[in-house]
Amino acid sequence: MDKKTYSNLVVSSAPHLVTNMDTTRIMLMVLIGLAPSFLVSIYVFGARVITLTLVCIAASMFFEWAWNKLMHKTQTVGDLSAAVTGTLIAFNVPAGLPYWIAIVGCFVAIIVVKQLFGGMGKNIVNPAITARIVLFISFATEMTTWPLPKMAADATSTATPLGVLAEGGAELPSNMQMFLGFIGGSMGEVSAIALLIGGLFLIWKKIISPIIPCCFIGTVFVFALIYYAATGEGDALEMAVFHILAGGVMLGAFFMATDYVTSPLLPMGKVIFGIGCGLITMIIRLWGQYPEGVSFSILIMNCLTPLIENFCQKRLYGGAKKNEK
Amino acid sequence: MSQKHLHSIHVSHYKHTAGCATEVMPVPDVVKISMSQHIGAPCKPLVKKGDYVKVGQLIGDTDAFVSAPIHSSVSGTVTGLEEQRSAAGGMDTLVVIETDKKQEVYEGIKVPEAKDLPEFIKALRESGLVGLGGASFPTHIKFNPKNIDEVHTLIVNAAECEPFITSDHRLMLEDTEDLISGCQLLMKYIGLDEGYIGIEENKMDAIQHIDKVLAAKGITNIKTFKLQARYPKGAERVLLYEITGKTMNAGEIPAQYGVILSNVTTIAFVGQYFRTGMPLVSKRMTVDGDAVNTPKNVIAPIGTQICDVIDFCGGYKEEPRKILMGGPMMGRAIFSDEMPIVKNNNAILAFSKTQSLVKEETACINCGRCHQACPFGLIPTALADAYARRDAQALSDLKVMQCMECGSCSYICPARRPLGFTNKLGKAVVKEAGIK
Repeated sequence: MDKKTYSNLVVSSAPHLVTNMDTTRIMLMVLIGLAPSFLVSIYVFGARVITLTLVCIAASMFFEWAWNKLMHKTQTVGDLSAAVTGTLIAFNVPAGLPYWIAIVGCFVAIIVVKQLFGGMGKNIVNPAITARIVLFISFATEMTTWPLPKMAADATSTATPLGVLAEGGAELPSNMQMFLGFIGGSMGEVSAIALLIGGLFLIWKKIISPIIPCCFIGTVFVFALIYYAATGEGDALEMAVFHILAGGVMLGAFFMATDYVTSPLLPMGKVIFGIGCGLITMIIRLWGQYPEGVSFSILIMNCLTPLIENFCQKRLYGGAKKNEK
Repeated sequence: MSQKHLHSIHVSHYKHTAGCATEVMPVPDVVKISMSQHIGAPCKPLVKKGDYVKVGQLIGDTDAFVSAPIHSSVSGTVTGLEEQRSAAGGMDTLVVIETDKKQEVYEGIKVPEAKDLPEFIKALRESGLVGLGGASFPTHIKFNPKNIDEVHTLIVNAAECEPFITSDHRLMLEDTEDLISGCQLLMKYIGLDEGYIGIEENKMDAIQHIDKVLAAKGITNIKTFKLQARYPKGAERVLLYEITGKTMNAGEIPAQYGVILSNVTTIAFVGQYFRTGMPLVSKRMTVDGDAVNTPKNVIAPIGTQICDVIDFCGGYKEEPRKILMGGPMMGRAIFSDEMPIVKNNNAILAFSKTQSLVKEETACINCGRCHQACPFGLIPTALADAYARRDAQALSDLKVMQCMECGSCSYICPARRPLGFTNKLGKAVVKEAGIK
């Protein structure tokens, strides 16, 4: 009796089963998490939000694709990380920004910050944050020309709440207005509630850990509470709430500081990272030249991440000590 | 009792065969019995071409301490010895027996009697028993630790946390008496006060059934212990922690913590051996996978070739591309379906092409899922970096030797990096460098 047997089977190391949550899916989840804020932005700033976002996504994905093509590297554009970067760049600029400036930002993010440092997973700082800072310094006028929210009918130009706080000259919007997002500001950072919904979705789906957002926002809140209580410049609680709703805190804390690549991996490192972000944000806001400090704080903490990681590893395993008898 | 849990991951259970009562497979035409079915020295064949052997007859043994004898699982004629590469990569001697299907039982088989511990241990050695959970460490050594006066607790590992496998589950439902008598024998001879049977909560019917039988017998010093149905609760060190709260390091044995910890199949075999006297000659296993026509639980004679077992399960549905001995998390992929069943086989899983592809590795995104998944809190990404540099000191500082190769990190990695395997290689680097 001749039996058919198989002697050419695939041999690989265990485990032979893997989760279906791969990098692409994670990025897709982040995009879904950004969707509520995107919708609110369309409502607040109009259709240009859609075109600007699409331009940024297309430009980022093109740069990623072109770099891999030119450098004969494995094509990674399918993992959607460039799409996330593009969306975040769009969220970090005024809705009325000229397209070509946004495209320059995408070039900085994908080519300079990400690919020149080794591509996916190797970049030291967050591409979208760095692009925002580069644009902010290079195109100061365009980057601070805040388009008018559609709800504000009686004005022709607007300022961000933090701008008002720093420069004075106008009335601060109410905390409720800021919570909903009917204020001037960067395209995707105006609505705290929408960002909160997206952020909680990511935490629920276990895409991000709650540690960094909690520490970041918590530090900003506590710092503001103490500062305003000590100086008496306003109602401490109201101003503390104002600071966590204003500017890029929500967007930064949930979507930019939690970037896996540029934040620490160990829980204790995440605590240090989040608190550091909050502290630097508040120091810049209260005493710095710029009205907003979220992007600089994340950039600085990104740079410190390897040190934090190293420190926490040593704390976890007791460094290079030998086991004595 | 510990209420704390080590990190674990959720892996889909795929326990398709949980409701399939075990079927005894008819004796195949040929069996090939490996002389190395345990950790330790291989046995020397005691038979030669032309010898007639019977079921339960000793056909391989050695004087080495760490070893276990091997018995014929069939009656028939030895047609020769074969050399074959084993699943682990080394060379194996196989005793090939052409069966006569009469299954005549060897005259020397008798129910063992043991007055005291040395006689009990001697009987265990003669039974050929090894750890049937996977490691196949000879049981007569494991059940006779140096500090035998200090051990007080028996832990039976019935977690069965590997996906697909249901053979332990079926054993608990079908051979409950043997399991309980096995526990009692162990507790009596080794002098243990209490016993826990750790079962994952996805096998509530087994927990309830065993509770019922224990209650009916009036046994109070053996209890079932419900574990989370998560991977890897059935790992020795994880189970010890879950039940006793004690932390055991790599290289230690449970006896150092006063515990004898053994797989449920091993314990049930002790009960069965002291009932029938038949050495370890057959094994219950789950046959499953998308390339198998009729997934089943099967009792097959040891030495049966895998292709014969698959034939008994309706043959292949489609061409198999990957066949595993054991579960998908820690099982071994074998290169040929002509390999024989060995003592510690608890599953044969055959997968088609679509399930066998090795996923392409992409860049690490530093998400930290591997660290969160690791029961021992290792940092697989850092270990992989240290391994890439072949930095033995860094590997050792990052505690690579604590890794038990459960594969949770590889399973969870969104970049499909083989982190668990890298740890295994990292351990070799540390050993080579001689770092203690």
